[in-house]
Amino acid sequence: MRLVIKEDYNDVSEWAAKYITKKINDFKPGPDKHFVLGLPTGGTPLGMYKKLIEFHNDGKVSFKYVKTFNMDEYVDIPKDHPQSYHYYMWNNFFRKIDILPSNVFIPDGNAQDLQAECDKYEQKMSEFGGVDLFVGGIGPDGHIAFNEPGSSLASRTRVKTLAQDTLRANARFFDNDIERVPKKALSVGVGTVMDSKEVMILVTGSEKAFALYKAVEEGINHMWTVSAFQQHPHTVIVCDEDATLELRVKTVKYFKALPDVVDLTELYADNVDAPQERYDKFKTFY
Amino acid sequence: MFFLNTQEVQSSSENVPGVQQSPEGQEEYNIDIPQEDIITKFWNCRILKHHKLVQEDLYVRNGIIIDSEQLFYSEKRTPHFDVDCKGMIVAPGLIDLQINGGFGYDFSYYKDTELAVKTVSKKLLAHGVTSFCPTVVTSPYYIYHDILPKIKRQKGGRHGAAVLGVHAEGPFINKEKKGAHPEKFITDHKGTMLSIKEAYGAGYENICILTLAPELRHSDQIIRKLKKDGIVVSLGHSMANLSQSESAVKHGASFITHLFNAMLSFHHRDPGLIGLLTSDQVDLDKLFYGIISDGIHTHPCALRIAYKAHPNGLVLITDALSALGLTDGRHKIGQMDIEIKGGIAFVAGTNTLCGSVTSLLECVKFFHKASGCSMEFALECASLHPAKVLHIEKNKGTLNVGADADFIILNDYFDLISTWIGGDMVYKSGN
Repeated sequence: MRLVIKEDYNDVSEWAAKYITKKINDFKPGPDKHFVLGLPTGGTPLGMYKKLIEFHNDGKVSFKYVKTFNMDEYVDIPKDHPQSYHYYMWNNFFRKIDILPSNVFIPDGNAQDLQAECDKYEQKMSEFGGVDLFVGGIGPDGHIAFNEPGSSLASRTRVKTLAQDTLRANARFFDNDIERVPKKALSVGVGTVMDSKEVMILVTGSEKAFALYKAVEEGINHMWTVSAFQQHPHTVIVCDEDATLELRVKTVKYFKALPDVVDLTELYADNVDAPQERYDKFKTFY
Repeated sequence: MFFLNTQEVQSSSENVPGVQQSPEGQEEYNIDIPQEDIITKFWNCRILKHHKLVQEDLYVRNGIIIDSEQLFYSEKRTPHFDVDCKGMIVAPGLIDLQINGGFGYDFSYYKDTELAVKTVSKKLLAHGVTSFCPTVVTSPYYIYHDILPKIKRQKGGRHGAAVLGVHAEGPFINKEKKGAHPEKFITDHKGTMLSIKEAYGAGYENICILTLAPELRHSDQIIRKLKKDGIVVSLGHSMANLSQSESAVKHGASFITHLFNAMLSFHHRDPGLIGLLTSDQVDLDKLFYGIISDGIHTHPCALRIAYKAHPNGLVLITDALSALGLTDGRHKIGQMDIEIKGGIAFVAGTNTLCGSVTSLLECVKFFHKASGCSMEFALECASLHPAKVLHIEKNKGTLNVGADADFIILNDYFDLISTWIGGDMVYKSGN
């Protein structure tokens, strides 16, 4: 496991976006070779999406040959509901980049047979050769996706009943009415994410500090599902200074002394149009 | 669209600047795709939606605004064409509920009615107006019988702005507040629909707004019947006191014709028609009023009073004349001569104002400045509010999903850049 400690939220967002950009470009995706990317929702990755859009607009990365799989979606919530993850992804990311709708996968929480939908989701992931990079965030209780404390670390995509804590936390998005918060969600399992070739987890803010400590310094425990990634051969946790508050000085010093995982200064890749070329395509009539 | 057919665009996209195929379009997009299936995306713009300017894209298919998220997730499709709006404002097309003519033509003049409608509707596009109600002033019956059937409702398009129906201003008004209307043709409906239909003749069905004076005897029952026929009853050219006005609104009147003009001045013991704006006897959500904010017909102070008293009912109208777009000199309005002196229109040889020569977009601009309201609100006063008057706010005056793609692109100084109807560019500014 690697822990990358950046100064603040913005640095974390930028670093994560650069990392994804580099991974996509190094992969050299094409019509017959898609990069498969797992994506989270929530407050933490917003800055990362903003940066990715910026890089996309600057011609540093293209999502034309990228397939995306989202971690989760509420059950029984319309796709255009402002709290649905379909809405989140469309408005915060997809509509601003060049991704093709046929390459986007989000679990359908309105499916007739929810478990069949989950199985289909897993099957699609493996059809495309598995996920190349799964990006995630965590909750203060160390959950990843909707794998609430106590979830099996071998779990696959399935219907999850949300913990009371999560319902209470989410009520603010539903006019503070806990009755209106969806009680169930479809979520990839810990095992699903474990199967991806690489995992990147974003952790920011002091309220996540205890969860980060549990993930990094304590043992693997299904009450802190994110700790499972200690077993993954390629996990990067990106956090800000605030999130390290519960870590030992020794741990922080160790990870800070390591050289940066990859050189993220050279972002331009051959498969992306140079910015000028891209802008020429967008000539306007005014 | 502003191109003729799909093939043409396919083969010469360089010649149609502003339109480019999305990259995947070039691969997957079949050349035989039907015109009505073409999806255009307007991006890099601020859209006036739900009373706010939001950074969003506008997707249009077959002349209708569609839900981009639904298109992406459910239909799994991307737009065929992208139009870069260069960070400009995209607002609903303007709607003028009261316009007598313009560009040398007069809807109330006995000759060339069709040509007048055709010319004005085409030229209004250059002022950001995408729908309007040609207004016919008090005229003799034979004139009504001749011209009203010729002013048909029409869809908007490259030929011009949509005609929503006639605004018949008169002849059932008060002689004492005749304004520029010829007194000898002002008459009384005697409380019967027969006399109304006798006056307008076969063209009655083309009327969508009717201005009358509510103090005429038996007006309330007439208002009820007109409303039943789907006509919006507007109160104006009237000496009505407040209780007569309130009674008219209770019976179905929902609009006031050019507030402050051709009605009793505000009096604190009987506020008259103007008092309706703060009446506690009527449902103010359903009461709208037209106001001419050309800086001449209504003093900025009066504008502000109306705005502060009842902002959500405020509808900007031009009450424009045949002289709209013309220079100083003598012109015709209905059966009367008028004279324009220094951009102000008078009944020839008098000091009576008789309608404006200011375009609707200029009125929006003036109102924004005079009232201190937001840009969004000023634009809605000439789009969403008039659409509500005619109960067409689902399709016009809004950029919500499902509405007609009638919109204007303008900059932050209210300078019009282009006008679009049904997703087609119908006017483009020279600058």
